[in-house]
Amino acid sequence: MTEAMTDGRTALAAGDGRAGMLGPHGSRLLHGWYATGGPAGLDEHLGRYGPPPFPRTADAADRLIRAVEDAGLTGRGGAAFPTGRKLRAVAAGRGTAVVVANGMESEPASRKDETLLDLAPHLVLDGAALAAAAVGADVAHLCLPHTRQDQADALREAVGERQRVGTDPFPVQVHELPHHYVSSEETSLVRWLNGGDARPLATPPRPFEKGVGRRPTLIDNVETLAHLALIARYGPGWFRGAGRADAAGTTLVTLSGALRTPGVYEVPMGRPLGEVLDVAGGAAEPLAAVLLGGFFGSWLPVGQALHVPFAKQDLASLGAGPGAGVIVALPARACCLAEAARVLGYLAAQSARQCGPCRLGLPAVAADFADLAWGDPTPELMRRLEGRTGLLAGRGACRHPDGASRFAATALRVFADDVRHHLSAGPCAAAGHEPVLPVPDTPVPADREWR
Amino acid sequence: MARTHTVGIDRIACDGYGLCAELLPELIELDEWGYPVVGSAPLTGEALGHARRAVAACPALALRLDRAPERAPDRKPAQRS
Repeated sequence: MTEAMTDGRTALAAGDGRAGMLGPHGSRLLHGWYATGGPAGLDEHLGRYGPPPFPRTADAADRLIRAVEDAGLTGRGGAAFPTGRKLRAVAAGRGTAVVVANGMESEPASRKDETLLDLAPHLVLDGAALAAAAVGADVAHLCLPHTRQDQADALREAVGERQRVGTDPFPVQVHELPHHYVSSEETSLVRWLNGGDARPLATPPRPFEKGVGRRPTLIDNVETLAHLALIARYGPGWFRGAGRADAAGTTLVTLSGALRTPGVYEVPMGRPLGEVLDVAGGAAEPLAAVLLGGFFGSWLPVGQALHVPFAKQDLASLGAGPGAGVIVALPARACCLAEAARVLGYLAAQSARQCGPCRLGLPAVAADFADLAWGDPTPELMRRLEGRTGLLAGRGACRHPDGASRFAATALRVFADDVRHHLSAGPCAAAGHEPVLPVPDTPVPADREWR
Repeated sequence: MARTHTVGIDRIACDGYGLCAELLPELIELDEWGYPVVGSAPLTGEALGHARRAVAACPALALRLDRAPERAPDRKPAQRS
């Protein structure tokens, strides 16, 4: 913790003297919350950060994009794609661009976007407005799930306040969308904003080419936009004052499972995962594995997980990624196979039912996995499950089958001992225990529920 | 062969008719439910002709022939110019 704080402070002091801006663990986005213990209204926000520095000329807009590129900011919604590169692609597109802020957060074990929008709504709104200015957009949408009605109302109020003060060139439009697992996928947002279902679309065209209203569309996670709002003010050097050269800045994480103080935290990128878990008080009991990236993520055995730096490059070597910062610590007492089987059942039920692999393959994988966890599995079942799992990836309009495939494949690898045990002795005693992973008990969405 | 081609599938449009696997067995197999699994071999010569026929024959109009390289956002600005 101290290292990044010192680095961050030095960079800040060298920049514009905002030495007091960092909170505990080098936090930036959550700094206001650490300072006051409450959500930041517009006055407090402007007092802390000053007004968003809008680029007034095409050159200035280009400099803002350059700053984001130089900062090395990557998307915090899961894909970790370089944000500057995306801004540039949209800015170069034909026609006036559209900006979409993605606050859908459909990962059941993630709370960071909801928390950020509660505590620092104006950082997100700044980021959306600044990104719009950078790519020459004349409209910005903020997409939230309809399940967070209070938050949507609060954000509309915040947008209204900004209009009265005259912060932005145009108001951000707040929308409430259906809340299904694949509704947060970027093409689902485009399709819904275009008047259709919040279900993924086949690509190409990608949204950055033809998205909302067939215009070039920048879709960024709300946390990504909040970081952008700070980069616009303090510059890429400041942003790089936390994290590593190849994994810059801080990131919000949702830490849950068998930890002493689970919750949403902000940590510098590149920290060993064990140190990240220590921010939430560390393990509350012996751990078996860590789930990284939520239901769209990968399982890692605990021994391997604790030492690996939380950065795209390092995690990629283990077949994982930072995802949306969802980290779940699975206790040794849990039945890993039952946990995984419940998640796969949920993923199968939550698919958009549009593509063959999700309509047929994914439910079959989920059923096989349930047999493995609670039934009387045979080596034949295992061969079939492994084959079906391998065939899911890369065969959908969106990445839903890829995520489910990775989730199932890493579970089979990491929990190989448990698989052997279930094969020889049937379900373990823990298979019937209370679940650790928060699998929502939601029914299969009806057709009309996608609109 | 100046250009390499790849076969693209609109997975939403695809209804698992399976004609593509009949007409382009070099590249396409079917899963246990009859939906296509596309191999990674480059499409050249005779296979390219088979691919064109498969694209034309798909009842769901779900099959297309793409020119490689494909569609990562980072490559797009260069392609556009």
